[in-house]
Amino acid sequence: MTIEAKLTLGPVLFHWGAEAWRDFYFRIADEADVDTVHVGEVVCWKRAPIYAKHLEAVCERLSHAGKEVVLSSLALVMNDAETDGLRALAGQDRYWVEANDMAACALLSGRDHVVGPYVNVYNEGTLAALAARGARRVCLPPELPRETLAALAKDAPAELEVQAFGRFPLALSARCYAARARGLAKDACKFVCGEDGDGLPVETLDGELFLAVNGTQTLSGACGSLIAELAALRAMGIGRFRLSPQKVDMVAVAAVFRAVAEGRMDAAEGDETLADLVPAEMPFANGFFHGAEGAAFLAEAE
Amino acid sequence: MKGKTRKLELVCPAGTPASLRAAVDAGGDTVYLGFRDETNARNFPGLNFSREELRDGIAYAHDHGAQVLVAINTYPAAGNLGPWHKAVDDAARLGADAVILADIGLADYAKRNHPDLRRHLSVQASASTPEAIEFYHREYGVSRVVLPRVLTVEEITALNGRIPVETEVFVFGGLCVMAEGRCMLSGYATPCSPNCDGVCSPASHVRYVEKGESTVTKLGGFTVNVVSGEEPAAYPTTCKGRYRVAGKPQYLFEEPASLSAMHMLPELAAAGVTALKIEGRQRGRAYVSQVVAAFRRAVDAVAAGEPVPLAELAAITEGGKQTSGAYKRSWQ
Repeated sequence: MTIEAKLTLGPVLFHWGAEAWRDFYFRIADEADVDTVHVGEVVCWKRAPIYAKHLEAVCERLSHAGKEVVLSSLALVMNDAETDGLRALAGQDRYWVEANDMAACALLSGRDHVVGPYVNVYNEGTLAALAARGARRVCLPPELPRETLAALAKDAPAELEVQAFGRFPLALSARCYAARARGLAKDACKFVCGEDGDGLPVETLDGELFLAVNGTQTLSGACGSLIAELAALRAMGIGRFRLSPQKVDMVAVAAVFRAVAEGRMDAAEGDETLADLVPAEMPFANGFFHGAEGAAFLAEAE
Repeated sequence: MKGKTRKLELVCPAGTPASLRAAVDAGGDTVYLGFRDETNARNFPGLNFSREELRDGIAYAHDHGAQVLVAINTYPAAGNLGPWHKAVDDAARLGADAVILADIGLADYAKRNHPDLRRHLSVQASASTPEAIEFYHREYGVSRVVLPRVLTVEEITALNGRIPVETEVFVFGGLCVMAEGRCMLSGYATPCSPNCDGVCSPASHVRYVEKGESTVTKLGGFTVNVVSGEEPAAYPTTCKGRYRVAGKPQYLFEEPASLSAMHMLPELAAAGVTALKIEGRQRGRAYVSQVVAAFRRAVDAVAAGEPVPLAELAAITEGGKQTSGAYKRSWQ
């Protein structure tokens, strides 16, 4: 018995600028075959005011297009201004909120919400505790291997989701590396992260792509892809897949995932089609799922 | 109880029974340690305590007026909670003064099964706000939180005024530049992660390759540094590597430096912190003795209102360079 597949478009993690951000979501609303769309600043609270002016229009357009809208919260909350932002999110009840920090979990406790991949859910004890406080859906951390995912999916008290596309979020810091890489202080950053639409590539000294920096966040250099693992995930009871926006044709990416999920395209063809959509210098990775180093890209043995 | 007027408590690392005795003998108030398995965040070969060693260590510490905290601060793997539950059970049975936990499920287990066992929240839980800390206190009876290394002293001061629990802060040793417990860099380069396996950038996956005049340092398949000539090859922790970014080689995340906040003890005391933590369960007995003794003198001086006697510890720190990390805003 295989669970039905649902597609979630994750929040835009990068600093794309207000108009590009709005237009991206408008196009997703009009054209993308996804069930759920996340909106909201997850990485740097300094960016939030820039997007605030378009937030309502974006949410309206997505809702009218029949998409479920979820408001994602900041992943690392450190001060009062950021906590006030959390309170504002928790204070509205029109959309579900995704908690990406324990402060958000605390504020949303007792009402239906989503728990995001930045909250450490590694086992059934934690999953049960969060579900008991209102978590209805949990997007699991990217580093969980297949065995852990299967154990969590067994009798899970909340719907489970995994990131199936896009650079994996790997780390958060108080320090801004987009600024530091350019010799700037965080408090005088000039929003240089806006130059890094897919993240700032971090290469080894021998020229191999390793990581990508998005302000205070560090992502995988490789683009995560579990297109070949969709069937295995659904067989274990995980049917919701997060597509994390990159500067690629996300409408086309969603179409590929939908086609493979519905059996209209086989995984190998899906993989090839995705490869045509993603820049050649960004390889794919699925190592976490297979219990290997996360950067590995391994064939699914089925 | 908040210890604002008490002398700062000195919390010291012990990777072995010898280091435990060294820390106690050098004046440590409290020793923290872990079992010899994946239940703690310093799961390195040849390190940590058997159950019997813990029993003896607790006896030694208690005989000398010191306390023992057991770190059970990795994230239990779904479907295999047994080792973590047993670690909590055994810490309680053997008389540990507290357990240091990160996982919500495990905190829940400890509270239900050992309500009288004191619970501290590990830095690995990354609780950085009053809301998060109150949640752990209210739901799981956590009585102390080890603060993540992302906060400035000003932020710590504000936090302490608003939470009902004690805080413990790192003052010396290895420095995570990422929010702890939320970093998967090691697991991206190697099959081992801090949260799951209790190891970061493990030595088993490090290689040093001589290439002409240079030494190439590899972690897993990735080159994390290339050094030549006099330059020392620091341990290749992922976040202390040198990478090519924006066209030039740079220590993007952090130089090979370690934390030293000894000069900031008066500020941290004024910030309302209860306890000071020294990192380094992987370091030897001599290191523990030297650092603990130096901090003992410093803490006593602060309590007496005297200037901090700054010890010269740079020679024994990783990379030989020191930073006060996130405590100063300019670091960010």
